[in-house]
Amino acid sequence: MAQRTAKTAIAGLGITEQGKVYGPSAVGFAVEAVRLALEDSGLQASELDGLLVNPGLSWGQAATMGSFAVQQAMGLRDLRLSAAMNLGGASAGAMIMQAALAIEAGLATNVACVFSDAPLKPPRPAGAKDGGGSGSSGAYAFAGDLNAAYGAFGVNGLYALLAQRHMHRFGTTNDHLGAIAVAERAWAQGNPQAQFAGKPLTLSEYHASRWVAEPFHLLDCCLVSNGGLAVIVTSAERARALRQPPVYLRGMGQGHPGGDPLETLSSGAAIAAKSAFGMAGVSLSDVSFCELYDCYTFTVLVTLEDYGFCKKGEGGPFVEGGRTAPGGSLPVNTGGGQLSSFYMWGMTPIGEGVIQVRGQGGARQVPNNDLGLVSGNGGVLSTHATLLLGKHPS
Amino acid sequence: MEAIIKPVPRVTPELAPFFAAARRRELVVQRCAGCDLLRFPPRELCSRCWSRDAAWTPVCGRGEVFSFYWMHQVYHPGFAGEVPYAVAVVQLEEGPHVLSNVVGCTHAQLRVGMPVEVTFEDVSDTVTLPKFRPAG
Repeated sequence: MAQRTAKTAIAGLGITEQGKVYGPSAVGFAVEAVRLALEDSGLQASELDGLLVNPGLSWGQAATMGSFAVQQAMGLRDLRLSAAMNLGGASAGAMIMQAALAIEAGLATNVACVFSDAPLKPPRPAGAKDGGGSGSSGAYAFAGDLNAAYGAFGVNGLYALLAQRHMHRFGTTNDHLGAIAVAERAWAQGNPQAQFAGKPLTLSEYHASRWVAEPFHLLDCCLVSNGGLAVIVTSAERARALRQPPVYLRGMGQGHPGGDPLETLSSGAAIAAKSAFGMAGVSLSDVSFCELYDCYTFTVLVTLEDYGFCKKGEGGPFVEGGRTAPGGSLPVNTGGGQLSSFYMWGMTPIGEGVIQVRGQGGARQVPNNDLGLVSGNGGVLSTHATLLLGKHPS
Repeated sequence: MEAIIKPVPRVTPELAPFFAAARRRELVVQRCAGCDLLRFPPRELCSRCWSRDAAWTPVCGRGEVFSFYWMHQVYHPGFAGEVPYAVAVVQLEEGPHVLSNVVGCTHAQLRVGMPVEVTFEDVSDTVTLPKFRPAG
């Protein structure tokens, strides 16, 4: 395949405190994340000329012109690119693509992309809860109050339907889903910022965690986190002159399949991968580690299938035996993912991808960090974004 | 102590014919006037032919469980006494998928592919909910 030399790179990363952190509003967390990303990159706020924002569920009315809200909160002047974007968990990857395209087209120079949310309130019990809100219920979105009358609340159940169907068709089991939860928890032990750092997990503890929407245990579901996460995208050339090792945007793609995922049991990964791998001129065997969107354990299983690491239906056996865990042949979600570190929608996998490619993973650093495959997934397998992050531009 | 009641759906203009049919113990779905595609829940236009015209049509009320989950989490206090309860997507014999509950069925019984039939539950003076039970 033809090698394309990356023209853009991620040059800054800002991760606020994560989890049960109270005080800042969602906009406040976004500002803090952008500030940290600028500091990390060595750029000044005055050098930012692009701002892309993915508002989380708690933004309320500020979401409508979310990037303007952040611009005003930070006192940023004379931006040349600004937008609030929402593809659910695929937004983060899509923002970075938008930033890269604008930079390549000469429309902007340094673009901050940020997600933030503050859904947790002090008196409200925290823990793994529904991640996706009510606006993304796929084929059942126009049912008014009918779903609530049936007690069909939230997104957990919509993914549980997919998992149950996958179990029926392919023999997938809770042992398989549990293997993903256990592997990610093991990775989180190397991540001081993980909400589950210091709390390892066994498969029997996974099985003992309470049912939420059976076949999902509590530990099949992602965390809910307050916080913000931002990256700065700039030209590859400029990134090389900045403070941090450049993380090159070698491949990018989106895939939004439409239709009913309950029938296909597939995400948009295969569509997105075609663009991303084609652009980078690499194949699956060149991928050294993965950061896969994990609103649920099941999402990781399906995503591995859809990228072609195994055949459709074989995701369960594929993740058994610690293949994706520390020391396994395919490291997946090396910071603990959204199941065990923190839930910043698609920014969680991107942030960890940046850390790994830079070689800043500390105790959890993967030995081979040449090429990271990063995915984002929104709705109920409705939207998908793929990034291929490289240590080298080609 | 007054019992906490479960949420009763509003009879929106879009769903009014569905609830009227349920009251007379009939399950209906929308049929696209442009291409005859059956669909539920109701939509403004057909996702296949984009026609805006549709009519409600009765279906036989039989089908099979396409997928399901047992809801253990109490999201609304009205369901506190019922967890775990079964939420299912039922594939009707005529084709469309509907989200509902499967009732009268044990945890051990319920499985994907299980034949079910519609049953009706009056939840208020005006609202009746179609649910499904194992086909007898």
